[in-house]
Amino acid sequence: MPAVSKGDGMRGLAVFISDIRNCKSKEAEIKRINKELANIRSKFKGDKALDGYSKKKYVCKLLFIFLLGHDIDFGHMEAVNLLSSNKYTEKQIGYLFISVLVNSNSELIRLINNAIKNDLSSRNPTFMCLALHCIANVGSREMAEAFASEIPRILVAGDTMDSVKQSAALCLLRLYKTSPDLVLMGEWTSRVVHLLNDQHMGVVTAAISLITCLSQKNPDEFKTCVSLAVSRLSRIVSSASTDLQDYTYYFVPAPWLSCKLLRLLQCYPPPEDGAVKGRLVECLETILNKAQEPPKSKKVQHSNAKNAILFEAISLIIHYDSEPNLLVRACNQLGQFLQHRETNLRYLALESMCTLASSEFSHEAVKTHIETVINALKTERDVSVRQRAADLLYAMCDRSNAKQIVAEMLSYLETADYSIREEMVLKVAILAEKYAVDYSWYVDTILNLIRIAGDYVSEEVWYRVIQIVINRDDVQGYAAKTVFEALQAPACHENMVKVGGYILGEFGNLIAGDPRSSPLVQFNLLHSKFHLCSVPTRALLLSAYIKFINLFPETKATIQEVLRCDSQIRNSDVELQQRAVEYLKLSSIASTDVLATVLEEMPPFPERESSILAKLKKKKGPGAVSVTELEDSKREGGELNGGGDRGPDTASTPSPSADLLGIRSAAPVGAAPASAGSLLVDVFSEAGTTTTLPSSSLFWLLFVCKNNGVLFENQLLQIGIKSEYRQNLGRMYLFYGNKTSVQFASFTTTPQLNVQTKPVEPLVEGGAQIQQVLNIECLTDFSDAPLLNIKFRYGGALQNLTLKLPVTINKFFQPTEMTSSDFFQRWKQLSQPQQEAQKIFKANHSMDTEVLKAKLLGLGTALLDNVDPNPENYVCAGVIQTKGQQVGCLLRLEPNAQAQMYRLTLRCSKDSVSRRLCELLAEQF
Amino acid sequence: MQFMLLFSRQGKLRLQKWYVPLSDKEKKKITRELVQTVLARKPKMCSFLEWRDLKIVYKRYASLYFCCAIEDQDNELITLEIIHRYVELLDKYFGSVCELDIIFNFEKAYFILDEFLLGGEAQETSKKNVLKAIEQADLLQELNAFNVN
Repeated sequence: MPAVSKGDGMRGLAVFISDIRNCKSKEAEIKRINKELANIRSKFKGDKALDGYSKKKYVCKLLFIFLLGHDIDFGHMEAVNLLSSNKYTEKQIGYLFISVLVNSNSELIRLINNAIKNDLSSRNPTFMCLALHCIANVGSREMAEAFASEIPRILVAGDTMDSVKQSAALCLLRLYKTSPDLVLMGEWTSRVVHLLNDQHMGVVTAAISLITCLSQKNPDEFKTCVSLAVSRLSRIVSSASTDLQDYTYYFVPAPWLSCKLLRLLQCYPPPEDGAVKGRLVECLETILNKAQEPPKSKKVQHSNAKNAILFEAISLIIHYDSEPNLLVRACNQLGQFLQHRETNLRYLALESMCTLASSEFSHEAVKTHIETVINALKTERDVSVRQRAADLLYAMCDRSNAKQIVAEMLSYLETADYSIREEMVLKVAILAEKYAVDYSWYVDTILNLIRIAGDYVSEEVWYRVIQIVINRDDVQGYAAKTVFEALQAPACHENMVKVGGYILGEFGNLIAGDPRSSPLVQFNLLHSKFHLCSVPTRALLLSAYIKFINLFPETKATIQEVLRCDSQIRNSDVELQQRAVEYLKLSSIASTDVLATVLEEMPPFPERESSILAKLKKKKGPGAVSVTELEDSKREGGELNGGGDRGPDTASTPSPSADLLGIRSAAPVGAAPASAGSLLVDVFSEAGTTTTLPSSSLFWLLFVCKNNGVLFENQLLQIGIKSEYRQNLGRMYLFYGNKTSVQFASFTTTPQLNVQTKPVEPLVEGGAQIQQVLNIECLTDFSDAPLLNIKFRYGGALQNLTLKLPVTINKFFQPTEMTSSDFFQRWKQLSQPQQEAQKIFKANHSMDTEVLKAKLLGLGTALLDNVDPNPENYVCAGVIQTKGQQVGCLLRLEPNAQAQMYRLTLRCSKDSVSRRLCELLAEQF
Repeated sequence: MQFMLLFSRQGKLRLQKWYVPLSDKEKKKITRELVQTVLARKPKMCSFLEWRDLKIVYKRYASLYFCCAIEDQDNELITLEIIHRYVELLDKYFGSVCELDIIFNFEKAYFILDEFLLGGEAQETSKKNVLKAIEQADLLQELNAFNVN
């Protein structure tokens, strides 16, 4: 071989690289680089024309600097100049620079394409290959437009050199991957397929990658490749190890080509032609036989190459899933690998067996290896191998071995690596549910799961155990007894408290007969955990307490005492305070019958796909996503599609007689029920049917009289809102839900008003939801709603939308209660003509009394009874709080049911407010 | 194959080849993440790992790590041998290759890789043929050098 530093050695480059290597610190390196950049810049800008060699040297230095990780923003033009040099070495460096540092500058692209065009037509194979490599490396759409029609011609032309054909084939593949619409094979199809017969093994090796990719997209047009591939494979497999000369790799004939041929065949079903199929089966048998032969070399390269073909053949056998004999042989072969001393082989065998486990022909054969796999889970030193073992146990699990596998996985969880715990927990939960014969085993398993790995038990898992217990009478008593016992542990995980609180609240009565678990004992046990828990859990426990009052009247006094204490009834958390107040009130005023109805046992959940299964599927993802759309592993709380699986921590029972809601709407305006991070659908439980509304402006109008709901929805995105107002301040929670399975990137939201907000997370995962809080202050009265601009990338496209935020002047209403005489006195005081605004309009919505009352209350004013002499009319009063002033407002609405008309009159201490309110309200009725 | 990275035990990137379009920022992020992940692994561990939705195949030769990202259906073992064949090519060309050869002749390392792999697929697996192509190019270079003088 030639020694390396030959005539083209660029001394200046070598010196520069040495300098950089000698730099003692990052700063010194940057300094040296900046010095060099300045030098190169001045050389490029200087009047003296640089010779090709210097240009090459400087371009090469720039390339080196770029590869060190620094940005390069010049030198492209010089590199392009090098392309048209007739000196090969200069041309080559020019192409390398362009390949590494493409610039979408259209002027340059035109020049680059010109140079490429010249080289392609030069008929000099070395130049042609350089040009093709450049196209393949850059692979841009512009290049596809310029060359996609030319390259197939080069590929199949009779006089093209083999090396050029190889480059042309893979170049075309790259263009097809970026711009499939521009690469039209049409008339070339059959000649491209026949490259499989080419004499030159290198040409076949390159062409087959192209053919495989094209076959995946257009299987029918390329199906003649099957028989060609089979005969090529058969020739290789049956050849002696020396027949293929340099294409034999460590005594294995053409391993790369063999793998590619087997891969191509996986694009098609088994061959229909009996002879072809027979030949293929023979090949596969030969490959399996060879695996049993003694190795021809001790080198790992030999065994790797041989086994690469074997694994690819097994993939094909699994793909066909029609030859029981081959499937079982494949399984036995993999079984041998399970105990191989090479970690790599054990890993691949575990992985490959996972797919075999799902075939009816080999499922039983896979199961015979259970002990080996369990052993792997316990003893493998590499976590990625243990992960494969866990996957395989999951795949081979069925009714016959579920108890053993679940027990092994549970005991593995005690020491499992953090990185795989969450997934393991999901898998155990799914297997326990799927193969539960008696549900007490299921309950035990899940409680064990919480005990062992509580932190990794996601909401879905504990929701699910509750759903199942609720739906199955036969396990409720056992579940109550078991959670009761589990809660007696001195330290138990919060998830255990949640499950315990929920189940005892529903079914505590089933174990109350035993004095060791009498109602008071149960309550005291639960309450002993209360102070250690987070707010959502405490909220759930409060609901359990009110359920206790219903189940066990004898606990009423104790529980009321607890609810009444300051730490509950004056809790700084609005949700806890609200529950304490409501439950206390409910327990003191409602009759036993009402209590029994409100706090009835939960109705069974509708049966549906297990929510945890859905979660696991989501975790695993749909597979083929390109790097640009890769998921980060972090996960946001809510899930749009989790709709049906409402968390049991919703305070109100979902039974139709949910009177708690009634109490809630009488609560002061602005006390919105809040538990951030709960499921989106729960957030919208009061939103009604808004989703059917077509346009966003209509969505917006709905918010005049309410604070929560869906503001916007299209195929990609759903935006939900919860808001609360107090005096001149407001807080709005925006929930952005990604309805697709693909990530939104560069997600930004810009509210166009003076509000305080933190920027949102820039990425929204598929199916996930993120939250943003806006703090709003009303400085003065206003009529235009603030706008919110949202931008994000979905796939490649930039999405941009602007929405009106539902902030209207009435949000800052404080209701004012007053007597009839007060009202009329003030009404008369506001008698200047501009203070009054009046509108007569046709009813657009139901004129039902209850609907109207709800809307007027939602408006934020106090609805005054016994003020208007005509009981059909409605009269309201309130004060709008802005930072600078207070505006008193009086309202009168006179419906005329016969004419389906209204007359609306407003009198306010500020005339602009009268007009604005009148406009807003006229659209509401 | 989606990309190939060569980096040293100290985590210095020595060669990067991307076969899918990615922004510079993404490339840097991926590189940082992978270098860290691979360097953290112990010697006897298996050469494959799942990373995002790709499979990573890596192998260490002396002070250099060779690391490839392949897709779900791609074959791990044959990828290991792609790495090995590339090392053999470098070795034959430079004559017992070491990290310094790749640092000082980075452009050659790229040229050899382009002859061997194109668009992420094996273009020519015969060692002789790849080296013949490179030798021919070198010959052209020497002729050029000769002409200049």
